[in-house]
Amino acid sequence: MIKYITKRFINMIPVILGVILLVFVIMELAPGDPVLLILGDNASEEARIAKTAELGLDKPLVIRYLKYVSNFFRGDMGTSYISNRSVSIEVLHRFPNTLKLSLVAATISILMAIPLGITAAVKQNSFFDNISMVVSLIGNSMPAFWLGLVLVLFFSLKLGWFPVQGATAGWKSYVLPSVAIGFMNMAAIARTTRSSMLETIRQDYIRTAKSKGISKNQVIMRHAFVNALIPTITIIGVQLGNLLGGAVITETVFAWPGIGRLMVQSVGSRDVPMILGCVITLSICYSIVNLLVDLLYGFVDPRVRSMYT
Amino acid sequence: MQKEVKVKTNLEQDFPKTSWSKETIMRLRRNKGSMIGLAFLILLLVMSLSADILFDYDELVIKQNISERLQWPSIKHIFGTDEFGRDVFARLVHGSRISLLVATSSVTFSVIIGGALGAMAGYFGGEIDNLIMRVTDILLSIPMTMFAIVIVAALGASTGNLILALGIASVPIFARVVRGAVISVRDVEYIEAARAIGANNFTIIFKHILPNCLAPIIVQITLRMASAIYNTAALSFLGMGVSPPAPEWGVLLASGRSYIRDFSYLTLIPGFTIMLTILSLNMLGDGLRDALDPRLR
Repeated sequence: MIKYITKRFINMIPVILGVILLVFVIMELAPGDPVLLILGDNASEEARIAKTAELGLDKPLVIRYLKYVSNFFRGDMGTSYISNRSVSIEVLHRFPNTLKLSLVAATISILMAIPLGITAAVKQNSFFDNISMVVSLIGNSMPAFWLGLVLVLFFSLKLGWFPVQGATAGWKSYVLPSVAIGFMNMAAIARTTRSSMLETIRQDYIRTAKSKGISKNQVIMRHAFVNALIPTITIIGVQLGNLLGGAVITETVFAWPGIGRLMVQSVGSRDVPMILGCVITLSICYSIVNLLVDLLYGFVDPRVRSMYT
Repeated sequence: MQKEVKVKTNLEQDFPKTSWSKETIMRLRRNKGSMIGLAFLILLLVMSLSADILFDYDELVIKQNISERLQWPSIKHIFGTDEFGRDVFARLVHGSRISLLVATSSVTFSVIIGGALGAMAGYFGGEIDNLIMRVTDILLSIPMTMFAIVIVAALGASTGNLILALGIASVPIFARVVRGAVISVRDVEYIEAARAIGANNFTIIFKHILPNCLAPIIVQITLRMASAIYNTAALSFLGMGVSPPAPEWGVLLASGRSYIRDFSYLTLIPGFTIMLTILSLNMLGDGLRDALDPRLR
C-alpha cells in the first residue's frame, strides 16, 4: 500500500512538470513586454536592458523553463511584475482562504447530497424522489456565479442576513459563497448516489439480506450503501476538482480573498509570474485531490485494495 | 402418432426490422425531459437564426437610447431595458447567436482533434497511446475554466480566442472517451474480418470502429455544449471572453450586476436564460444516454 502511494506521488512529478511547461509556453505568447510593464513606457534604453537581464528574459525559453522549475521545487515561484512581491508568499497567503471555502462547500454538499440520494433511491418514484431529482437537475445546470448573484440579491440586499462580499464577517461570510459553489456539487452527488443505490438495491444479495430478517435500515446502510459508494466517491472527486476550478469565478463574485480572485486580478494586470503561480498551485491541488480519491477507492473496496499490493 | 408443429416463419412481420437510429429516436421520444429540452433548444436555434429579422442589430441591440433606460419589463419591452435603454429581449436573442456559435464551434474543434487523437491512441496502442494519454493527463490536471482563462490571457479576449480556448480545453475529454470506445471494439470479430479482407487502418478506424462507438461521443457532445455555454458566459462575465457592447449572456449579467439592488431583472433574466439552455442540453444528454444504450438505464 505504501509502495503504491509512493509510486503514485512520484508519477505526479512529470505531470506537474508538464503543466508548468504548458502554461509557460502559453504565457510566452502573451503580448506586451513585461519590462515596459514594470518600468513604464518612458524608461531609458539602459534601464530596460538591465531589467531584461535581471528578469532573465534575454535567455532562451528552455533555459528559463529549467530555471523556473528548479526554483519552483525550492519553493520560489518568482516575483510579481506589479507588486514586486514574492509570488510564493502571496499565493500561500491567499491559498488557505480558497481551501477553507472549498472544504466548507464540499462538506455541506456531501452531507446533504448522500442522505438525499439514498432516500430518493429507497423511495423511488415517490413524490420526494421526483422533487429532489428535479431540484438536482436544476442545480446541475445553474451557473455558480449567477446563483451567487441571486443569493446576494435575496439574502444580503433584501433580507440583510449575510454580508454581500468579503471574508471578514466570520462564519456568516462563508454561507453564501459556499452555498453558491456547493449547490451544483450537491446536485451531482445526489444524482449519482441515487442511481448507484438503485442499481445495488436490485442485487440478489440485498434480497438475501432482507429475507434473513435484517432490519431495513441496516440493509440499506450496511449492505447497499457501502457497495454503492464507488461511483459516489468518483463524482465527489470530480466535484472537488470543479470546486477548485470554479473558485476563480465564485471568488470574483463574492470578492473572496482567495487564489481564484488573485488570478483574475493578475490576468487583468498581465502579471505573468502571478498567473503562473496561481494556475500551477491550483493544478497541483487538483492532482492531489484526484490521487486521494483513487486511494480512497482502496479503503472502500477490498477488491481495489488487493490490486495495490 | 406424430404431432404437427407449425413453426412461424414470418418473424419479420411480427418483429419488423428497425434501424439503430430509428430505435434510438423512438426511445428518445418516450423521454419527456429530453423532449422538453430539445424543444427549447430548437426554439433557441430558430430565434438565433432569425435574430436579424426579429430585431435590427444596430438599431435595437447596440444603439443607446437613454430616454428609455432601466425600464422594468412591460408590454413594450417584455424583458425590460438596460442601463443604456436597449431592449433586453432583443439583446438576449442576439446573444444566443454568440453562445451557440462558440459552443458549436468549440465542440466541433474538440471532437475532431480529440476524436482523432483518441482513435489513434486506442487503435495503435503502445508508444503512441502512451504519449497521447500523458499529454491528456497534463491537460486534464488543469481545471477547465482556468485553462481557458490562461489561453485567453495569453492570446487576448475575443470570440475567436474563446472558441480556441474552450476547444483545446475539451480535447482531452474527447480523446479519452473515443480511446475507451475504440479499445472496447478494437478486438471484436468484425474488425478482424475487415482486416482479413485487406482494409487499411484508415478504413477500419473511420468506417468500422468509429460508427460503432458513436453513442458515448454523442452523449459527450451534448454535455460539452452545456459546459461550453457555461464557460462562455463565465469568461465573458469576468471580462475575459466576448467584450461589450456585444450582447453575450455573460456580458449582460456582468453589466446587470451593477444594478442588482434596484433593477434585479437585469441579473435574473439573462441568468435564467443561461440556466434554461444548460438545463435543456443536460436533459437531452441524459435522454440520449438512456436511448443510445438501454443497458445503462
